Amino acid sequence: MATHRLSIPLQEDDVRRLRIGDVVHLDGTIHTGRALVYEHVLRDGNQPPLDLANESNVQMHGAPAAVEDAPGEYRLSSIQATASFRYWKYVPDYVERFGIRAIIGKGGMDKWVYEDVFARTGTVFLTTVGYGIAALYGRAVKRVVDVHWKEELGLPEAMWVLDVENFGPFIVDGDCTGASLAAEHVESVNENFAREYAKLPEYVLKRIGEIDHSLADEVIVGRPTDDRNRN
Amino acid sequence: MMDTTGGLQGALSPAAGGIPETLLEEAAYEAHRLAATTLPDDVKRAFVGMRDREREELPKRVLEAIVDNFHAAEDDQRPVCADVGVPRIYAVIGNETAIAGGFVSFERAVRRATERITGDLALRSNRCHPITRRNPGNNVGVFAPNIEYRVEPDADYIEICAVHKGGAFGTDFRMLVDGDGLAGIRKAVLDAIAEFGRRGLTCPPVVIGVGLGGTKDQSFSIAKQAAQLRPIGSRHPDPDVAALEDELLEMANSLGIGAMGYVGTAGYATDVHVEIAYTHSALTPMGVHQLCQATRRGVVRVYMDGRTETRPAPSWFSGYSRRMGVE
Repeated sequence: MATHRLSIPLQEDDVRRLRIGDVVHLDGTIHTGRALVYEHVLRDGNQPPLDLANESNVQMHGAPAAVEDAPGEYRLSSIQATASFRYWKYVPDYVERFGIRAIIGKGGMDKWVYEDVFARTGTVFLTTVGYGIAALYGRAVKRVVDVHWKEELGLPEAMWVLDVENFGPFIVDGDCTGASLAAEHVESVNENFAREYAKLPEYVLKRIGEIDHSLADEVIVGRPTDDRNRN
Repeated sequence: MMDTTGGLQGALSPAAGGIPETLLEEAAYEAHRLAATTLPDDVKRAFVGMRDREREELPKRVLEAIVDNFHAAEDDQRPVCADVGVPRIYAVIGNETAIAGGFVSFERAVRRATERITGDLALRSNRCHPITRRNPGNNVGVFAPNIEYRVEPDADYIEICAVHKGGAFGTDFRMLVDGDGLAGIRKAVLDAIAEFGRRGLTCPPVVIGVGLGGTKDQSFSIAKQAAQLRPIGSRHPDPDVAALEDELLEMANSLGIGAMGYVGTAGYATDVHVEIAYTHSALTPMGVHQLCQATRRGVVRVYMDGRTETRPAPSWFSGYSRRMGVE
């Protein structure tokens, strides 16, 4: 579990050396993005307002706790990431088009994103620690550089550009070999769940009439019925 | 157990007609401030204990960061978590209490306090229109903040509890049928942990709240209240319910999941709280609510004589609120 302090823009060589479980702190300029930023750029064709590859090749899934005291004058208290798995439909395209070297987020992304995309583009996934240590992260934000598209997207959904110093700690969840820290840990605890489920009577595990699977699987002709239960 | 907020005490005398709106606004503001910046003592103790017990390196580091963070939040007066969720209020109304401007005055005080704290602490303005996403920027809007009330007999105070809870994950509902019994309850809790806990999406260590019975909506309400409004370590007075709490806590902590969902030895949950409501003879609606490690609540009482005090935990659940008989 090595510790690294890296400057943004991140260099490909530095990123490719990182391994899951490593701890990372960052200096430089990051930018935020949630669903509306992705759609604004990828679907609606708006160009990012800065040269991301060369100025801010680290994107954070999240929005700060912050207010606008006067036009263009922001006061930021805390910052934290939001669950990243749901952005799978945007991240591959965004990372590739804008030369993103690190995504800061929560919970990691599906392993295929690391294997199929990040391994090729030279990108890592850095997870926030504890998922609620926003005061510590807030301390490391030195300046709100700008908030783009706040009129169109609203303050929490806008693209915040932030100067950070010793921003961290983050843990590498996905590295350029395609490894996933979260997936490894999920696999490790699965047998414990299996043991607990095995203690339950059959009639509780398989219940008639309970909707715990996608109804789409049942009604779309030609699609195999998904009869899994969640153990 | 109680400490008095010096800044508020004696600042204003209640009008003859009851507690004035200004005093209620200051109390609601203080409850929000505490919720945003200061974890309750029972929660802090639980995390420090877990940090000391944890033997795996990764979750131990996470717990160290969690402890560092709650100190930083309090020292700097920053929100513990950037996701303030949708700030809400639980109010216990003493039956011997009067408000100078009536309940409309109380609700206005709460809305004003919510707007002020959002600006003063730079809370994220999360509350927005669910379709247009229009965001007024002050965490106030239609049905927002939501206020839940309950009445307490022989009490001359209003107790305001602010709860800030972020996130989308960790809640589940199930309609259990007669015959499912305890196995059905265990299965539902196990499913909720498997679905949301394994990758740490619930932001563990969590408090698991389970609501059993009542109506469908009620089962979910009491599950949230059980997680959010009872201190860690408390047990339901009904021994059957208390035994279930112990059993579910043991199960949740036997799964080898630690802080953030990583493999760990110190446990996934700091506690399990179960609340019950009498329900349909053939059915048991069940809600599960997993409360994240940013376990944020702030409690302030305002008495008829003008005293205000912060409280370590709300008195939302009492002998009266859980009463069984007709009277």
